[in-house]
Parts: sequence; structure tokens; C-alpha cells
Amino acid sequence: MLQADIQVNRGEFELAIDLDVPPGGVLAVLGPNGSGKSSLLDCLSGLLAARGTISIAGRAVHALPPHQRGVGLLRQTPLLFPHMNVLQNVAFGPASQGQSKERAREIASGWLADVGVAELAERKPAQLSGGQAQRVALARALATRPRLLLLDEPLAALDVHAAPAMRALLGRVLRQGDERLAGVLVTHDPLDAIALADQVVVLANGRVVERGPTREVLAAPRTQFTARIADLNLVAGHAVADGLRTADGSLLQGILAPDAVRGEAAVAVFAPSVIAVYPVGAGHGSPRNTAVATLASVESHGPVTRLRTGTPGAGWAAGIAADLTPAAVAELGLEPGSEIEVSVKATAVEVHPATPVIARGAQATRSDRP
Amino acid sequence: MSGGESPGKEKHARAVGARVPVALWIPATLALALVTLPVIGLLLRTDFARLPALLTSEASLHALRLSLLTAAISTVLCVLLGVPLAIVLARSRVRGVRVLRAVVLLPLVLPPVVGGLALLYLLGRTGFLGYLIDVTTGVRVPFTTAAVVIAQTFVAMPFLVVSVEGAVRAAGDDFESVAATLGARPWTVFTRVTCPLLLPALASGVVLSFARALGEFGATITFAGSLQGVTRTLPLEVYAQAEADVDSAVALSLLLIVIAIAVIVLARPRAVEGVRG
Amino acid sequence: MRPVWCALVMALAVAGCAPGSADETLTVYAAASLTESFTTLADQFEADHPGVDVQVNFGGSSRLAQQIAEGAPADVFASADEAAMDVVARAGRLAGKPATFATNRLTIAVEPGNPMRVNGIADLARDALTVVMCAEQVPCGRAARHLIRDAGITVRPASEEPDVKSVLGKVRAGEADAGLVYVTDVLAENGTVDAVKVPEAAAVANRYPIATIADAVEPSLARDFEKFVLGDRGLRVFKAAGFGSEAGAGS
Repeated sequence: MLQADIQVNRGEFELAIDLDVPPGGVLAVLGPNGSGKSSLLDCLSGLLAARGTISIAGRAVHALPPHQRGVGLLRQTPLLFPHMNVLQNVAFGPASQGQSKERAREIASGWLADVGVAELAERKPAQLSGGQAQRVALARALATRPRLLLLDEPLAALDVHAAPAMRALLGRVLRQGDERLAGVLVTHDPLDAIALADQVVVLANGRVVERGPTREVLAAPRTQFTARIADLNLVAGHAVADGLRTADGSLLQGILAPDAVRGEAAVAVFAPSVIAVYPVGAGHGSPRNTAVATLASVESHGPVTRLRTGTPGAGWAAGIAADLTPAAVAELGLEPGSEIEVSVKATAVEVHPATPVIARGAQATRSDRP
Repeated sequence: MSGGESPGKEKHARAVGARVPVALWIPATLALALVTLPVIGLLLRTDFARLPALLTSEASLHALRLSLLTAAISTVLCVLLGVPLAIVLARSRVRGVRVLRAVVLLPLVLPPVVGGLALLYLLGRTGFLGYLIDVTTGVRVPFTTAAVVIAQTFVAMPFLVVSVEGAVRAAGDDFESVAATLGARPWTVFTRVTCPLLLPALASGVVLSFARALGEFGATITFAGSLQGVTRTLPLEVYAQAEADVDSAVALSLLLIVIAIAVIVLARPRAVEGVRG
Repeated sequence: MRPVWCALVMALAVAGCAPGSADETLTVYAAASLTESFTTLADQFEADHPGVDVQVNFGGSSRLAQQIAEGAPADVFASADEAAMDVVARAGRLAGKPATFATNRLTIAVEPGNPMRVNGIADLARDALTVVMCAEQVPCGRAARHLIRDAGITVRPASEEPDVKSVLGKVRAGEADAGLVYVTDVLAENGTVDAVKVPEAAAVANRYPIATIADAVEPSLARDFEKFVLGDRGLRVFKAAGFGSEAGAGS
């Protein structure tokens, strides 16, 4: 679907990357600021010249100007044309592609309904909230029926209320929309990658330092660099009403993301810093997510000490990381091989639908299930 | 949609820290006085009883009609030529654009009389271009209404270019790049996105150029001469009348001030409203 | 901060006394057509009166008259016609009666060699000829209209300039084929333009009056300068510049 092998030189900065995203696939590009993520998207959309080759749906596009590439672009800010209303914004693409005025408006109305903002059609962009505007921007990008959707930190500018809903919408569009649509998502937030992408590449200083299936890369970072970016505990299982049940039957209570479907494959996400660690049998009481595990390693991790649990037989607590202060580690007398009790508050755990690599046709019916 | 952002709600709260220092009020008052008192002086000097007669004299009406006509044509020329120039200056990465930007400002800093002389030695009968035009087409530019329009366009153009170029640079090209990814050809992007976004800056540029064209004197009298109904615009008529009939000059000056205020009042809200409309 | 202020104040004080380091300054307002002759006369007057600095402000007579009427600080006014002097008189700013010191006549300035073959006032009516003259609000314009009316012709000027030097400039630049100017202007040009004789112009000659201004800063010096202009030395300078004389007229 998307095959790219490109190089860019801009003064000191160099970007060299090769990508291969299959139809229906979503690739997340992770990396810190200045790693070349946005330059990559600009190259793919044609806004930045690059050496090398880019082909989209079998068509070589690297010599084509942006308007002939058939690429949709959604940036951090919606960039809705301020002089047009919402409907005109969305109809702009189809009209530019040669559709009649009426037809362009029909298409636009359809997409506005699809992203759930049909009632805002007559508003001006200045009258929208950030979340609404970003939905309209998505509808506008999709209205041209692109084969490749480029997402440049699409959630970064949204507040904590609007971001989850927008993430869910993006997930639905990418997984259940046009099955030929491929996506490239640039983000610095591993959560976005987990929620939306099936493959991930990690960029540093313009080079790919790691690549592979999202959960594998993030759950077991092979480089320090990726580990620093990821820095999350991922627990696989399937979604249930009040959280996630692992393959061995343990329950991890948490908050379901809006697009998580009960009974479907899911992944629970929580940070190492939210885990509490106690000696076994300390009888501390309240948090319901409590499990016993064997301590596998203790190592210094910047200002904190990172504990890692062993893999076998600990339910959700197998192979997770927890951060404690060095003082607490000393007080508890922890060393590799110790038995510990770990607990995490249910409100600190998010449950997201997993992004399995399966045919879309099979997934399209998922939302009908209870 | 849960979009709970309410950007800048706090901005409406009264900012106590942003009070204007008292020391600024004195020079501010002086500046305001400098701008307004001369107008009041002119009003006090005006012979209001004769005003209607003075303003409706043949010479005054000719000058008014000529001024409005030439300033309007000049403004249209400024827009047609100045907007593309502004965009080229703002967007082009060609070497030497910075020098060009400075050159465009020349009429702004040059004494208009010098501009008039420069035009005369370009388009006059002995000027190299003027000679060519005269020989090939038999057309002589000086002493014609066209010369007035050229002189006014010359002095007014920088106002439009500066105003639009600043807006183009400030706006960046994010909207244009999004439009391109939506399948819009460069010309469509220009007409449907770039131009509408520039409207507020264009409006203020138009107001400024029109005002400058209307007030043009030095380049006009040097390049176009002064003849009633052909090249004698309002400012030239004021200057001519000031030689003999001061009351008439004052009346015409008042007329120019009224036109200037009308232009500002009529065009200003639109310029401010702009994109948000 | 203080030393800076002091330096500034001192600089201003020095600048205030600076011009010419002269003890007395005489301010003369004179018609543009007098530029060459009055510059010469001012130099001679300064040579005769050590410590006196004569500042001459040349311009269109009507404009100068308006300025003096509005209170401009002139000691002496020399006008190109009596109408302009009347403006000052009506404003009550004359110290004495004006006296005529010279006369001037119009002529037709043409490009050197007279390529358009302009032979007299009647030729100005030719359509193919680009003619410029002074606006009717200034003395040379009043005289030009007088002349044209007396000749019984119709002239369509390409431009009506605010003063006589502008008319000359248009002819010199080659933009105009012919311009109605004073004979003295053509003479002062030293051959950059030619003059076509206009005998009819004698009838509409301008008379140049001079007068001392009321409440002059230097009243006695002003009277001395007026006498100097009206005297033999003045006569010689005006004659050399091409002005005519009209003995006894106006005085």
C-alpha cells in the first residue's frame, strides 16, 4: 500500500527511513521532538522534497505535487479554513477533485454525520470547541477518499476530555472504515500508538532505531531509547465490564476506553509510577487490584529505582515495572527473588482495544456485539 | 462531543496589572493634540456661509471628480499589481528578494517630488520609455490623466504591498498546504484559500493606498502638471487656490478631510472584522 | 543623565546664535522671478553693511503675500505684481507705500533652436503645440491670460503651473514645446531655452513693487535695503537681468 524509502538533508538534519504499510494497516511513528517525525509526514504528503521513492497504492507519487498524491492530512491543529463554514470546509476537497457543488455538499454532509458533528454544518470554525474542530478536520481529510491518512499528533492539542473521544473516533475510522485506507500516525504518546497502530517505528535523530508490532515493541523495548519513550506497563487480555481479564483468568480492574468492546481482545495500560509495592501479607487493605509476584530485578532508573517482576504465574502482575524511591526500596529490604505484593488503583488503569492484525471484514461487525 | 475547551475565559477578567502608567498620558495627550488641533484650526478658519458656493464651484467639482476617479483607478491598479508582488516577496525564496523588498519601499521614503522627477525622466518625452512610446504609438504620457494615475499608483503601491506582505508572512502556509493535500491545484488554493484569508489585510491596504492616492501632490504636479479637469486633483486645486483665495483652499481642505474620515469610518470596521466574520 | 541634558541645552543655545555669527539679520521675501537679481543685491548689501546678514525667501508672490498677511516675520517684501502687494496692504502689514522698482514682460520660452517654429503669440493657439503657463492665481498667470485675451486667441495649455520657474522647468525638460515666462527667466537660463519675442507683451508688463513691512524686526535696515533696491545699484542689476524700468511709476 504505502512503500517509501526516502532521504532528506536539511542542513545539519538528516532523515533516512524506509516504510511499508499494508492496506488497512496503521503505522505509528514514535520519537522525541526533532527526531524527524513531522519531516517524514511532509515528505509523504509532498510538502517537503525528498530523495528516494514513495508509492501509494501501487502508484509512484514521489515526483507528484501534494494535490495529486491522494493523501489525507490531519495535523495537531485543525486548520479549518476560517472563512468557510463547517460544511464548506469538508466540501472543499471533493469540489477541488472536480465534484459538482451539490455532490460535494452531499459528500461533506455524509462525512460530518459519520464523525458525529452533522448538526454543526452551518457553524464557522471559530464557533467550535477544539474537539469539534478536530472532528471536522478529520471529516474534511476523509472526504477526498484518500488511500493514505497522515496523522500528525492529532490528539496533542486536545484537552483531557476531548482526546479520548477523538482517539476512539480515529480508531473506528482506521479499523472499521475504508479497508483500503492505510495510516501513518506521528506521535510522542505511546498510548496513541497502542490504541491506533498495529506497527510502530521508533525514530531518533532521523534514523529508525526500532520497529515491529506495536505491543511487542512497547512491551519489551529492545533499546534504552524506546524504553524511555514507552515507559508503560501493557497487560494483554480481553475487555470485561469492569476492566481486563488476562489469559490465565486474573482480573485487572480499570476504566474502559470508549471504543473498547467487552469480550474483545484488549490491552490494559498503566504507568510504572502508579504501582504500590508491599511485603507479602502486610495486610494493607483497600485497592482491589492486588497480586503477588516475584521480584526479578532492581535497578536504578534516573531518580527512582525500577523494580521488575518475574514472568510466570503472577496473573496481570507478571513482567511489569514499578517505580519506587530508593529509600522505600531500602526500607522494604527488596532484592531480586523477594516475594512482593503489588497493587494499582483501578482509576489508574486504562483498557484499550488491542490492534490485532486481522482482516477488516471480520472486524466490521464487532461494534454490533454486546 | 465533550469538547469542553473554553479558550481564554480568564482573559475577560479585568487585568489589574496592565494599567497604563500615568507618565504616558502626557506625551499621549500631546500626540493627540498634534493630530487633532490643526483640523480644529482649519474648522475655525472656515467660512461656513460661503462653503456651499465654494465647494460647488466648477473648479472644485472638477477637482473632486478627478480625484475620486484617479484615486479609485490607482487603488485598483495597486491591488492588481501589488497583491501578486506581496505574495512573491513573502513566499519566494529566490536570492535577492530581501533587496527587492527594500526597493519596493522606495516610494514610501522618497520625497514625492523626487518620485515625480523620476517618472518624468522615465515616461516623459525625453525619458527612454516615454520616447519609445511617443515614437511607436504617438502617445505622450505627461500632462494626461493617465500620468496622474501613474504618479498616484507609484506612491500608493508600497502601502498595499507592505500591508498584504506582512499578512502573508504572518499567516504562514499551513492553510495552503492543507488545501493542497485536499486536492486543490495551486490556482484554486490561491483563489479559494490565500485570497480570502488576506481580505482583512487587503482591506486595510486598500484604504491606505486610496488615502495616499487621494492626497498625492508632489509627484503629480511634477510629472502630470496641473490643469483643471485633466490633471488638477483636489490637493493641486487646494495649492492653486491657496495662492489667491484662501477661503476656497480651506473649504477644499475641509472636503479632503471629510473624504478621509469617511474612508476610514467606512472601511475600518470591515478591515478589523476580517476573518472572524 | 544630567550632563547629557546640560550638553543638549548648550548645543541648542549655540545653535540658536550660530547663523553667520552676524549681529543683525534682515529677512526679505521676494518673488521667484527675482531669484538671480536679489541674490546679487543681497550680497552687495551685505558687503556694504558689515555684520548684517540678508536672508532672502524666494517664492510665488501670491503665496509669500498670504504668508506675510498671516504674520510671517518678513522685514521687506518684493512682489512680482501689484495684486500680491495689495493682499499685504489689505492685511494692514505695510509700513509705508509700495514703490515700483522694475517691470517685467512675458516672452515665449521654447526649446533651443525653436524646433516647433513658434513665431509669435498667435502660434500658441496651434493644437499640435504643447503649451504650459502659470496658473491664473499667480502674477505670471494673470499676465499671460491678459496677453492671450488681448491677442484674441484661444490657448489650451497642457498644464497650469504654480509658479514661473515650474513653467520654465517643463520647457527645459522637453515636456512642453512652449511656455509663457518672463524675459528675465529666459536670460537667467543662459541658453538652455530660447525666447520668442512677443511685442504685444509690452502692454501687459508686470510692475514689481517693494515695501517695508509693519513691525519689522529691523525697521531701519529694512528701509535702507528698500532704498538700495530702488537706487542706482539696484537699477544696474535689474537692467543686466533684463528687467525694464518705469521711472516714477508707483512712487
